[in-house]
Amino acid sequence: MTTTSSPQAESDPVLARRRNIQSIAARSFGRRQLYSRVALAVCGVFLLMTLIPLVSVITYTAQRGLQAWSVSFFTKLPTPTGIPGGGIWNAIVGSLIIDAMAVAGAIPFGILGGLFLAESDGRIAGGIRFAADVMSGVPSIVLGIFAYIALVKTLGHFSAIAASFAIGVLMVPIIMRASETALRSVPRSLSEAGLALGARRAAVSRRVVLPAALPGLITSVLLALSRGVGETAPLLFTAIGSEYFSTSPVKPIAALPLVVYQDGIQAYSDLQTRAWGTAFFLVLLVLTLSIGSRLVAARLRRARR
Amino acid sequence: MTDPDSASVTALDALDVATEQALEPPPLHAPVMQVRDLAVSFANRTAVRNVTLDFPRGQITALIGPSGSGKTTVLRSLNRMHDLVRTAKVTGQVLLGETDVYGSGVKPALLRSRVGMVFQGPNPFPSMSIYDNVVAGLRFNGVRRKALLEEAAESALDAAALWDSVKDRLKAHAGTLSGGEQQRLCIARALAVEPEVLLMDEPTSSLDPISTKRIEELLGELRNRLSVIIVTHNMQQAVRIADYCAFLLMGEDRAGQLIEAAPTTTLFQRPTDQRTLDYVNGRFG
Repeated sequence: MTTTSSPQAESDPVLARRRNIQSIAARSFGRRQLYSRVALAVCGVFLLMTLIPLVSVITYTAQRGLQAWSVSFFTKLPTPTGIPGGGIWNAIVGSLIIDAMAVAGAIPFGILGGLFLAESDGRIAGGIRFAADVMSGVPSIVLGIFAYIALVKTLGHFSAIAASFAIGVLMVPIIMRASETALRSVPRSLSEAGLALGARRAAVSRRVVLPAALPGLITSVLLALSRGVGETAPLLFTAIGSEYFSTSPVKPIAALPLVVYQDGIQAYSDLQTRAWGTAFFLVLLVLTLSIGSRLVAARLRRARR
Repeated sequence: MTDPDSASVTALDALDVATEQALEPPPLHAPVMQVRDLAVSFANRTAVRNVTLDFPRGQITALIGPSGSGKTTVLRSLNRMHDLVRTAKVTGQVLLGETDVYGSGVKPALLRSRVGMVFQGPNPFPSMSIYDNVVAGLRFNGVRRKALLEEAAESALDAAALWDSVKDRLKAHAGTLSGGEQQRLCIARALAVEPEVLLMDEPTSSLDPISTKRIEELLGELRNRLSVIIVTHNMQQAVRIADYCAFLLMGEDRAGQLIEAAPTTTLFQRPTDQRTLDYVNGRFG
């Protein structure tokens, strides 16, 4: 590197320091560039490693499951092994009923609880927040046993409503914590504006904070739904599964995860294929719910602008 | 109501008397708001103390001073916004007319419908249309009659110099307006409740010069309607718009305090305190 050195520059400490820093920067550039590329490559490798299970789960279940798919697979009732042409229609309807009742029951507790957590910083809120975090860590099979004791033993038989109860209990803490985050992200200046106009806190929550957080609230519900749809353990003690078509909330009912579990462990290959087909359907369902929740939230946010 | 001219003259005298002798009885034509020995602390740290100040009726009073001098803290104590902060403690007295703002029978929500507020940045309710934003305060206060809502909305939008540009798109989302228009919408929203006092916390600090100018222009006209108390860090703005100015400064204990209050021309040209002179001449702050 060539630098013109004048006697004046030698004596000027700023100029000398600038030249020194620039020469260090130029000399170390190659090393720093290499470091940056290595770091980027490491990140890429780890990203790939996390994507491999996701992609292989989807492709493998697709491979095995797609052979089961046909129109009758989605529209017919199951047939005994050896008799072709059966489907999982009763399990689709069963899952729909269980999860619809679960989400309907969980929304009021989840969102109002989230509102309380977002609005209050007191000790009670801290306790509830801790309890919700513990609850979301409880193994789902425990919730199944809880629902079994609470509803199956008392009613005397397995039922869809008991399954909804177990799944709903599982959903409440998820909705609560996610909607707390969504409600907290509503700018404080909005609720202050409402209060400064003479509004009571409940009115500000209902007319200002909840509508402003709506995209996030929808995401929190869909997140809980996508979690609940795939849960199997709570259904084992509650819905128990069924070969028949049922829409009754107080009778045993079929459900998609139960088909995967119960048919998948059979020795007959046609039942195993049905389990794979159902598994792939579940994977797509959960994927659609997750992607859909993002799209809904993004569209709602855009409409506001 | 008294004749506005005579009221302003006596209120001017009242302001001078009040700042010099805090315990003097209220003058004949009472100021719209009075602050007596106000102190505000957050979690035992005093943010502002010893503020005794009268706000003249039907005039614009500016609270000026450098950052940390407690301007916003004083402003927010006037409509009890500190109630929302658990650790906040307000002592002293704030009067709205004859009413003790912190008196036991006073409902903060009802007080805030009499003392409106405009915030630092535009904060229209994003889920509501322009019209719903303007009448939000009325609805919060239980007004349901459509004729009254529409009449108040037009009057408020007109006073905020926004009616002509939005009258054909009242159902549009508030977010479709520009930043300056949004802030004027927030002013209209505050005016629609017909408050007696309007508190403004640096209402133009996030706006461009042209939007700022429009808001300053409409402020002058608001005098006919209500009394304005405005926080500004911009001394030129205070000179342009305010009839009265109160200068606050952070003391050695890091708590803000009132240095002096006077008609704007007096405060800027012949202040009694050396610190005011230094500040208005740009020597610090």
